[in-house]
Amino acid sequence: MSDSASRPGMPTETLIGALAEDLAPVRPLPPAGLRALAWIGAVLILGLGLAAGTAEPSLHLAGHLGVPDRAVALAGAALTALTAAYAAFATSVPGRAAAWALLPLPPALLWIGASGLGCLRAYLAPAAGVAEGPGSGCFTFIVAVSLPLSLLLVLMLRRACPLRPNLTAALGGLAVAAAAATLLVPFHPHEATATDLVIHAVAVAGVIALNGLAGGRLLSAR
Amino acid sequence: MALEETLAAAMRAAQGGDAAAYRALLRDCLPVIAARVRAQGLTGAAAEDAVQDTLVTLHRARASYDPARPFLPWLRAIAQRRAIDAQRRAGRRPREVHDPVAYEGEADDRPAPEAGLEAGERAAALARAVAALPAGQRQAVEELALRERSLDEVSAATGRSKVALKVNLHRAIKALRASLGGERDGERNGRG
Repeated sequence: MSDSASRPGMPTETLIGALAEDLAPVRPLPPAGLRALAWIGAVLILGLGLAAGTAEPSLHLAGHLGVPDRAVALAGAALTALTAAYAAFATSVPGRAAAWALLPLPPALLWIGASGLGCLRAYLAPAAGVAEGPGSGCFTFIVAVSLPLSLLLVLMLRRACPLRPNLTAALGGLAVAAAAATLLVPFHPHEATATDLVIHAVAVAGVIALNGLAGGRLLSAR
Repeated sequence: MALEETLAAAMRAAQGGDAAAYRALLRDCLPVIAARVRAQGLTGAAAEDAVQDTLVTLHRARASYDPARPFLPWLRAIAQRRAIDAQRRAGRRPREVHDPVAYEGEADDRPAPEAGLEAGERAAALARAVAALPAGQRQAVEELALRERSLDEVSAATGRSKVALKVNLHRAIKALRASLGGERDGERNGRG
């Protein structure tokens, strides 16, 4: 493999020597899919921990799954979390196509579309006997759940080499926001109103934006 | 794809801690990296920097190479990224001639137009001052200073001794300094 046209100069040769001396064995990172599943596992553990501290979340969950559009929205959010996490891990590896960033778009559209549909249905045919609760609880929930999940995801992503740190961080933010929204559903005692959905959307957008800004910095500082 | 297989095998060995394989790998990577860096439009020291940055990133990110995947796309992606970083650092965007703003904004490092007029005026003043010198001194200046001939040559051509030529040149320079300096002082006084 010797190439006479590009004989290295002295400084580069010195650098190569220094790097070779510094060499320590490393374990190759697991494939992006496995790493995404590991993070999803942490999300599930957090969800179970929250469920253990709350009374009868399963009743709320069953109530939500009984309504088609809410079930679709829930599935969309869960799928968005899964695909966005995979895309974030894939784009953190050099040489993987940036087109992986498109993977979470269809489930995200499903999530947003079904949520909007649910909002429309609640407006046309309001469910009887459902008290409109304050939306600030949901906002706090999404932000509080997002913080540890974001931190964990950024730490995991940093172990790879994100050459497009802002794209990877934004995908991570989408994964975190979708995971938080999924976890919120079983703890959401009442039917989502338009106000709720707006608050959810603001919280989700905020989580994605914060991840994109702060995460991009954290991921590129290596 | 002999190169791909060689490099991938060396990278697997390097991940296992084989320093000799790693050294060979880094050397073999240089042409690949350099090609990417050049394709990004970098040359000279900036290109060298980008190549070395790529090597350092390769070193830090070596755990992110998946042995089940091809090596060259991994390497080229890092080289491309570091070349773009180096380009931004150097602020060396390719200058497009069809971009009117860049074309008009391009600095011209040649002398300004009035510099030629000033130089012409200075030369005319010097010629007038030389013409005003006594014949012996004028000959010394013209032969020795302006035509840059040696003392021996001028001495042989004019029949004057070298000492006389030197004395004449010295006096001529003194006289020129007085007359040209005086002119400049006169200008200064005239302005002030």
